[in-house]
Amino acid sequence: MFAVLRDLVRYNVEFTIGAILVAVIVIFACLSFFSPVDPTQVYLAIPDQPPGAQYWFGSNSRGQDMFWQLSFAFRNTLTFGLTVALLSRIISIAVGLAAGYLGGWVDRVLMFINDIFVAIPIFPILILFYFVMRSNLNGFTLALVMACFGWPYDARLIRSVTLGLRHREFTRQAVFAGMSPAKIMLEEHLPYVMPIIFATTMANMIWSIGLEVTLAVLGFTNINIPTVGTTLYWANNHSAMVVGVWWWILIPVIIVVLLFIGLFLLAVSLNEYIDPRSRLRRMGA
Amino acid sequence: MAQDNKRRDILTVEGLKAYYQMSYFGVDREVRAVDDITMTVRRNEIYGIAGESSSGKTSFIKVLAAALRPPFRVVAGSVKYDFSSGPVDVADATDAQIEAIRWRHLSYIMQGSMSVLNPVRRIGRTFEDFAARPLGLRGKAFEERVVSHLEKLKLPADVLRAYPHELSGGMRQRVTIGLATVCRPEFIIADEPTTALDVVVQKEVLSLIRDVQQEMGSSVVFVTHDMSVHANMADRVGIIYAGRLVEEGPTRQMFFAPKHPYTAHLVASLPRIGDTTQRPALEGRPPSLAAPPSGCRFHPRCPLAIDKCKTDVPPLQTVAPDHRTACWRWQDVQPLVSPHAAHGVMA
Amino acid sequence: MTTLLNVDNVSKTFAMGGLLSRKTTAAVQNASFSLAAETPEIFTIIGESGSGKTTLARMILGLETPTTGSITFRGKPVGGATKVERMAFMAAVQPVFQNPFEAFNPLKQIDRYLESTARTFLGLKDRTAVERAMDEALQTVGLSLAEVKGRYPHEMSGGQLQRAAIARALIPNPPLLIADEPVSMVDASLRMSIVNLLKALRDDFGVSVIYITHDLATAYYISNRLIIMQRGRIVEMGDARTVLENPEHPYSRLLKASVLSTEDAGDGKLATNPDMVALATRLATAPGGQLVSRPDGRLVRVYEPV
Ligand SMILES: Nc1ncnc2c1ncn2[C@@H]1O[C@H](COP(=O)(O)OP(=O)(O)OP(=O)(O)O)[C@@H](O)[C@H]1O
Ligand SMILES: Nc1ncnc2c1ncn2[C@@H]1O[C@H](COP(=O)(O)OP(=O)(O)O)[C@@H](O)[C@H]1O
Ligand code: SF4
Ligand SMILES: [Mg+2]
Ligand SMILES: [Mg+2]
Repeated sequence: MFAVLRDLVRYNVEFTIGAILVAVIVIFACLSFFSPVDPTQVYLAIPDQPPGAQYWFGSNSRGQDMFWQLSFAFRNTLTFGLTVALLSRIISIAVGLAAGYLGGWVDRVLMFINDIFVAIPIFPILILFYFVMRSNLNGFTLALVMACFGWPYDARLIRSVTLGLRHREFTRQAVFAGMSPAKIMLEEHLPYVMPIIFATTMANMIWSIGLEVTLAVLGFTNINIPTVGTTLYWANNHSAMVVGVWWWILIPVIIVVLLFIGLFLLAVSLNEYIDPRSRLRRMGA
Repeated sequence: MAQDNKRRDILTVEGLKAYYQMSYFGVDREVRAVDDITMTVRRNEIYGIAGESSSGKTSFIKVLAAALRPPFRVVAGSVKYDFSSGPVDVADATDAQIEAIRWRHLSYIMQGSMSVLNPVRRIGRTFEDFAARPLGLRGKAFEERVVSHLEKLKLPADVLRAYPHELSGGMRQRVTIGLATVCRPEFIIADEPTTALDVVVQKEVLSLIRDVQQEMGSSVVFVTHDMSVHANMADRVGIIYAGRLVEEGPTRQMFFAPKHPYTAHLVASLPRIGDTTQRPALEGRPPSLAAPPSGCRFHPRCPLAIDKCKTDVPPLQTVAPDHRTACWRWQDVQPLVSPHAAHGVMA
Repeated sequence: MTTLLNVDNVSKTFAMGGLLSRKTTAAVQNASFSLAAETPEIFTIIGESGSGKTTLARMILGLETPTTGSITFRGKPVGGATKVERMAFMAAVQPVFQNPFEAFNPLKQIDRYLESTARTFLGLKDRTAVERAMDEALQTVGLSLAEVKGRYPHEMSGGQLQRAAIARALIPNPPLLIADEPVSMVDASLRMSIVNLLKALRDDFGVSVIYITHDLATAYYISNRLIIMQRGRIVEMGDARTVLENPEHPYSRLLKASVLSTEDAGDGKLATNPDMVALATRLATAPGGQLVSRPDGRLVRVYEPV
């Protein structure tokens, strides 16, 4: 793993740029743990100050220091994105491996469910959830709901890889070595699927963060939790652009765009590692 | 005379050493898969290479084909080709130089045809990937050329639209031979081209390779552990044992007057229909190339070994025209089969 | 006399192609034979590529269900119905596969398969006992645990891989081994040692072997009985020596004539009589025919005159 990372950094510019961007934003988000201010409190800072020495990212019309405010927002947003990615990866791995390896009716049932989830429009469902749960809708619940919609495409991808692996002789060798289906799936086949999982994690995070921002801007999430989306919601609410508090909107947008570019570059460079052939080549086969 | 020899030989390998050098967490491991091989291949000749598994046949041929990648490296020696486009030493050629000769002058049929053919690409696309650039043809002209070439290999034009898994083993092997020969290369390298084919198809594929070779006047180096294939295909045979060439000579002499105990054993170990006498398998096991035996590498398994064999490496010396062997006791090697002993049985 | 394995009138048809151009391949047609439990034997299946040998082997291993007909092992359908039965079946019938380069997961170390076999089928828990079982099996095939441990498949040559695969299959001491072209990728000397090994397994350990091969010479050398297959059909069946010394079916004759001999080494003889090829090719697609028995005990497929 370490050698792979080292080679990636050495030979792959996309990876290096992506990794730096994402790392900087993650560090920024982690600063919130040392924040001197409570992000839910208002009017602690002088309102509407432009970026400068005292408030690096300026302050907003609600009297919050935007540096710390955004630090919290990105922490929550990243945690949200990672949670969705993690949960949906677990579902897609389980479904993809089982459908591909076990085949037969298991495959048919799982792929039927898969198709249903592909067909259901996610946006109205999320709004429905908001109306039902209102202020009970915290970040984790939302992540859980979105994870339920974030797996079907990737599960199909994983299934297609395992379908190929199922017919290889080494799989039969494993069967006759007495390995259980679970062991074969997790130990024999998962390594082939791992690169896909890495690459789709990035794409999935871009998708879920984007959707969260959209929902929040429209006010369909819990607006008291600072996230990138709710930051923009409040900015919009106070007509930030109209009153000239541009930094309230521009800075989070720039950081989010940089985050997306970083994740995208990581996904692209990891894509090269999807091909197990290239992995074998690196092992010297 | 020296000048003549030069034109006669298309490939000259000198003192070639190529090792797998690996390091796992700081522990270095070195597998000396090709250890000091010197040989030549002539124009318009079929040179067979035999040896047991893991003796380094594939490794040697990878160097000849300039298809080696880390951790496999050439450590010493040269591999000089004398192509019509000019001489090349592939042991230290640049990627661009190798790119320029690949397929047009030098082609390589790898072990296991499936690994060459991309399972998700139709055969026609694979042909384009490999041969369109070297041939400098495109579209219709390219396809016509390929189809007429496949015809020679008795393959219907339909195979171009097939995926590899839709073809039988024999057809796949013919496709890879087609790939390797469509650019009419001067030098063809084949690694176990007929292993895992049934005897009928094997014979077909072998005579095909030979027909193509004779028609184009190319040289062929091919590796197989199957001595009966060498008996019927090769003009000359070289035997590799533990990374070294131990004997080389004209096919007939290698079979009926071998001058190395290992060759004598290989020839005698062939079972025949009609003969159920217990065939001796060689005692001991193949030497490890990471720590090969001292002196003559065959000495732990050799029935003729003397003390000298344990310490001194026998040189590869000429014992008859075109016939070289690396054995201290070559005069004492008895052929274990005679040309006539086999006849009665097969009648 | 009890039967170990009984293959009864088994056929397998594969559907190929898309929805519109559906073609079916009859990979195996009406195959019947049986192995007795008391007399371990090496039963050879010979045939051209694509004649259905592997398909037949896969059905015996319970990896494929016959389209028609049935296969039983010790009186029970192969494969086993419950998990317990299946494990018992797998411990008793072990495979050796065709391609040593595909035999192990390229991303995994080889010893894990041996270890798993020893743990599941021998029920061994203790590390040293597991390693002893692995080493014993590896020693039988001319390897040792020290050589194999921690190695990835690409670090071993084809012959080493195949021997490791056979060693793995031998760990549970199975009464029946299904070896699908186990020697096609190894050299003559090693081929003889593996073939001698199969012979020793039969003679000394009472293991029956279904030996699938292209190599008529080793088939002659070790097998008791054999069947010759062409396009999914058994064309000749009988005592190995009788059949190979004097094959009767045109395809069997072509097979024997295609064996490369070494007695005229260096003469470059590669031509086969084209009439023989033509006749054998014609019979491959000839309709029906049936197996009739001959006085010397063999069965030969004869066709209705056309
Ligand atoms: N899964 C499958 N789907 C479709 N056709 C198949 C499948 N498996 C085998 N076949 C076809 O069945 C026939 C018999 O194949 P099989 O693999 O049993 O041949 P074989 O005798 O083992 O050949 P070889 O000597 O090349 O290993 C072939 O025509 C093959 O194309
Ligand atoms: N990629 C590799 N890394 C390390 N060792 C290798 C590799 N490939 C082959 N070897 C070792 O090199 C030796 C020669 O192998 P090879 O040339 O494939 O033999 P052959 O073709 O004669 O069977 C063997 O000991 C084998 O284990
Ligand atoms: S040199 Fe000695 S050990 Fe080597 S082959 Fe000759 S007699 Fe045998
Ligand atoms: Mg090889
Ligand atoms: Mg087969």
